[in-house]
Amino acid sequence: MNKQLAGRTSERPGAALSRIPAALHGWIVPVAILLIWQLAAALHLVSATLLPAPSQIIGQAFRLLGNGELLQHMGISLYRAGVGFALGSAAGLLLGLSTGLGKLAERTLDPSLQMLRMIPMLSLVPLFILWFGVGEFSKILMISLGAFFPVYVNTFLGIRGVELKLLEVTGIYQFTRWQLLSRVIIPSALPNILLGLRLSLGTAWLVLVVAEMMGASAGVGYMIQDARAYSQTDIVFVGISIFAIVGKLSDSAVRLLEKRWLRWRDTYKG
Amino acid sequence: MASELLVIDGLSKTFSAPAGDVIALSNIRLQVRKGEFITIIGPSGCGKSTLLKIVAGLDTRYTGTVLLNGKPIEGPSIEKGFIFQEPRLFPWLTVEKNIAANLSLKNPQVRQRVNELIELVRLQGFEKSYPRELSGGMAQRVSIARALLRNPDVLLLDEPFGALDAFTRTHMQEVLLDIWQRNGTTMLFVTHDLDEAVFLGERVVIMNPRPGHIRSVLPVDLPFPRKRSGTAFQEMRRLVLNEFEKVEEPLYDVGGGI
Ligand SMILES: Nc1ncnc2c1ncn2[C@@H]1O[C@H](COP(=O)(O)OP(=O)(O)OP(=O)(O)O)[C@@H](O)[C@H]1O
Ligand SMILES: [Mg+2]
Repeated sequence: MNKQLAGRTSERPGAALSRIPAALHGWIVPVAILLIWQLAAALHLVSATLLPAPSQIIGQAFRLLGNGELLQHMGISLYRAGVGFALGSAAGLLLGLSTGLGKLAERTLDPSLQMLRMIPMLSLVPLFILWFGVGEFSKILMISLGAFFPVYVNTFLGIRGVELKLLEVTGIYQFTRWQLLSRVIIPSALPNILLGLRLSLGTAWLVLVVAEMMGASAGVGYMIQDARAYSQTDIVFVGISIFAIVGKLSDSAVRLLEKRWLRWRDTYKG
Repeated sequence: MASELLVIDGLSKTFSAPAGDVIALSNIRLQVRKGEFITIIGPSGCGKSTLLKIVAGLDTRYTGTVLLNGKPIEGPSIEKGFIFQEPRLFPWLTVEKNIAANLSLKNPQVRQRVNELIELVRLQGFEKSYPRELSGGMAQRVSIARALLRNPDVLLLDEPFGALDAFTRTHMQEVLLDIWQRNGTTMLFVTHDLDEAVFLGERVVIMNPRPGHIRSVLPVDLPFPRKRSGTAFQEMRRLVLNEFEKVEEPLYDVGGGI
């Protein structure tokens, strides 16, 4: 019986995969694409100005790292995204908690917030430029606005998902309001809150690029915009890769929190 | 009737649902002395849980009188312990933290009581487990320990041992009787199991459904500790069973439990 099973698994198409360590599975697709891309460039199948070879992009990245340009752009971008994300998600958490916990807050605030939420962020760009110019203030405000809604909506949902049966238990044991919040409501809403944070990180990146392209003198978005003007496609790719890498790293950080804080969850893990 | 701890009179409860109103309890009348052990038995849907929730103060929308210590019940309070039909543990807390709930394990007295209770419900080695790692019976024992930690004056138990195996169930019944005798806790114990009702109760309340009402209240005049194999016990059991057989609706799991 065992032998039969083993025999069958080795015939499965996934069997080759099982020889590669599981931790590396996520790398298979990107590495394959890079190889094909490099090969296509080496054979001059694609135009070097439109699609420079990966080796050229990596070389450019090292050059920009070496002269400090890249780090400077990254620093300012991270600062904008970080501050905007922190402000926006903190506000989203606080407002989500208040509308989630209180009927009064929900009735007075939620309808307006839902209306604001439906306005496409990018349509506000001209207004922001008119009101606040293209300075740091207007950029960070836009990013925090983008980061606000995912956290707000998901915090609200999470709180309303708290089981009534558990609330009865807290009634029996006379939890104080603070105990109810810290030991029951927040932990129960945490999966949603973390999901909101992940979504809001993504939005923060998106708005960051828009904000930096609408006018800036530094930042990765500016670097991309500037390189485009001079047709330095390899620098454009360096910028895009930076967004991909830093974005993925920040997302992994939140997922790490999920792993640690949501250990208690009993759900399908694939 | 000043010596009565709990006085229920003319208690009725109707649930309004889109599909039509359900009369869950109709004209309930029951008086419980301080320190008495009452078992309540009746078929599914006859309003047992509803009755306990009203006494616990979890449901205050009813008509009639419910007095605890002469005062109407206004809400839940720490002297009324409740063991729910399901474990209702907090999934994000470990076993020991679930038992402590809103008390701090850093308090040495709480710590010590929690350790004793974990031993009492036989969960040593699972202190740091999360509820998802427990079986149904183990989870229910955690919720029993959680209720016992507060030493309530009145303990309301809603089929607490339904999910336990026969051996653990017998053990828990003895634990409960021991606590009752030592602390003088007033017990309102709902069960599906005829044997359990007769084994534990000083009085057995038999309820009927549609609408939920008390059919009869039978005193069980047997000294503790009771022996299930004794003739007096079997006699008593037959008496309660007879009372049941008069019931229009058959009770589907007499004696068997869940
Ligand atoms: N929240 C509710 N909304 C509407 N109807 C309810 C609600 N809770 C209970 N009922 C109804 O009230 C009746 C009594 O329910 P209850 O839960 O008290 O029964 P029970 O005797 O505890 O049954 P079981 O032995 O199955 O636990 C049932 O007919 C049920 O449909
Ligand atoms: Mg019930």
